[in-house]
Amino acid sequence: MDLLEYQGKQLFAKHGLPVPSGEVANTVDGAVAAAEKIGYPCAIKAQVLIGGRGKAGGIKIAQNAEEAREHAAAILGMDIVGPHGEGPFRVDQVWIEGGSDIAEEYYASVILDRGEKKLLAMVSAKGGMDIEAVAAEDPDALVKRHIDPTTPFDAAAARTIVADAGLAEDTLDDAADALVRLEEVAREEDATLIEVNPLIVTAGREVVALDSKVTIDGNSLFRHQDLAEIADTVDDPQEQMAKEKGLTYVKLDGNVGILANGAGLCMSTLDVVAQAGGAPANFLDAGGGSKAEAIVNALEVIKSDAKVSAILFNIFGGITRCDEIANGIVTASQQIDLGLPLVVRLDGTNSEEGLQILAEANLPNLHQEKTMLDAARRVVELAGSAS
Amino acid sequence: MSIIVDGSTKLAVSGLTGREGSFHGLRNKAYGTDLVAGVTPGKGGQDVEGTPVFDTIKEAVTEAGANTSMIFVPARFAAPAIDEAIDSGVETVIAITEGIPVLDMLSTYWKAKEAGVRLIGPNCPGVLSPGKANVGIIPAQFFDPGPIGVVSKSGTLTYQIGNELKQAGTGNSSIVGIGGDPIVGSDFIDILKLYEADPDTELIVMVGEIGGDAEERAAEFIASDISKPVVAYIAGFTAPPGKQMGHAGAIISGSSGTAQAKKDALEAKGVRVGESPTETAAIAAEMLRSL
Repeated sequence: MDLLEYQGKQLFAKHGLPVPSGEVANTVDGAVAAAEKIGYPCAIKAQVLIGGRGKAGGIKIAQNAEEAREHAAAILGMDIVGPHGEGPFRVDQVWIEGGSDIAEEYYASVILDRGEKKLLAMVSAKGGMDIEAVAAEDPDALVKRHIDPTTPFDAAAARTIVADAGLAEDTLDDAADALVRLEEVAREEDATLIEVNPLIVTAGREVVALDSKVTIDGNSLFRHQDLAEIADTVDDPQEQMAKEKGLTYVKLDGNVGILANGAGLCMSTLDVVAQAGGAPANFLDAGGGSKAEAIVNALEVIKSDAKVSAILFNIFGGITRCDEIANGIVTASQQIDLGLPLVVRLDGTNSEEGLQILAEANLPNLHQEKTMLDAARRVVELAGSAS
Repeated sequence: MSIIVDGSTKLAVSGLTGREGSFHGLRNKAYGTDLVAGVTPGKGGQDVEGTPVFDTIKEAVTEAGANTSMIFVPARFAAPAIDEAIDSGVETVIAITEGIPVLDMLSTYWKAKEAGVRLIGPNCPGVLSPGKANVGIIPAQFFDPGPIGVVSKSGTLTYQIGNELKQAGTGNSSIVGIGGDPIVGSDFIDILKLYEADPDTELIVMVGEIGGDAEERAAEFIASDISKPVVAYIAGFTAPPGKQMGHAGAIISGSSGTAQAKKDALEAKGVRVGESPTETAAIAAEMLRSL
């Protein structure tokens, strides 16, 4: 789960890392009121989960109330496309914070390195710019150090990292302290990625986090009440609906609705549909041991996406029993009017019973295929071209 | 032979008194696995259909001779249960539980390394050695004994490929589900090593998916250390960047970790990569015939 900039900063503040004070607003009037309270100059920053906000015009400095109104009106409701074409992301919230008097811009991050099975700290004196470009063009400017998981990460360990990165001598103690606190956020808040770019030094030589990118491990939310509340707010209506029904659903752009059991088989199903010339509309993992009710829920979620023109069920029963899936399909077709062609491929545990149930139900618009590849070809044919 | 589990496996199941734990533990026993103990704190002295239950894994080791621990306890209690198993004296810990916080696994991973205990999972379907033993939730009916070793991040995808291998008239020395979480106890490389040393394994099928760089690392290792032929399959070519697809491990960051990057890395080292599960099984069966 990714946090918005201001949510990340609130987490930093909770762990004693200095951040500029600010307020969040979702209306122009609210933004102006916040700006008046904070004083000028102040920064008005789009809160979206994507980088490149500045370039897209999503970050503006206001010198007075009039400018605050003008910028907030321009930023709220704008669509921001990420540097690699991600999105667009609609701006629903802005963060208003006091302007910072910047003397230096550094970079600091703590991420989980899954290959090495350790946290990795990265620090650079070349902050405030594209850190991937820095890493590519001047690799020595980015100091990377793994954090020993068996000993506490203390100020002394952090100090060698920030010193090696060549940060200004008079800021080393504060920068080391900042790094220690970032590692603490990682451990105590279950963050798998924390990136601060820039970590600034103010004219008064104070070290302050001017931005934040934080990813929280979704598996840990049971022990973080505050973060779990953030996770409950999902933008996409289908994804929200799936979440309420306890399904793993990711919306995509195509017109072939997909349901499979198991994340791996589901991803593989998307791939074979794409290979057959189709465009998947979603990823939906019905999970192990899927019961009839889950099938009804899944079909409702898939169908609520108006783009979908045909649906593929690809089930390999292990723990999941194909007769239960078949019963779910029959029940669902009685409860909701699908009105769409449904291609079903059932294999594995109790597949013969499942196929028998479907044959007896004699549902209109239901097509059975024996193999995954034939099922993919059939559903692509039935879906027609994506509009 | 086979790897990790076989006729000498003496299994203790943590969570045997729970619904899932008893269902799968007893299924494993019915398959022929030597289930010697269940472990549930506070339920020591009870039994589950004749299998004695102990309060601690240590007791299951000293009293019942367990050498393999299977963890079937809820996510929030699972990491401490794995830690307990590591300290208990078993050789192998197989953690089925999904949803364990990744930072819990960070310390548990290193604890297992330090103790020299083989940890499989978490969030994995377990290990099956057809005809010998099954520890976990892999439906054994889709796999026959044979010369192909399978190692996979994904459960259902493995069943799909296993079933196609069976239909092609071949079978498996072992099937190892390593799990799809960002931090798992054993990676592709650890299992590839075991298959290389296993005289009954003639060919290896490796099933990966997007996220992390375990497949890229495996490609390097195959080139330098594996003499047996390897066939691979990678899922997730159509996954959009930055979206999480169910498995916590299946996250793409930037261009590394994409399905294409993994396929390229493997093919650069001479590993054939199937386009679909069906094609992968067909390539494996065909290569086996020409060995």
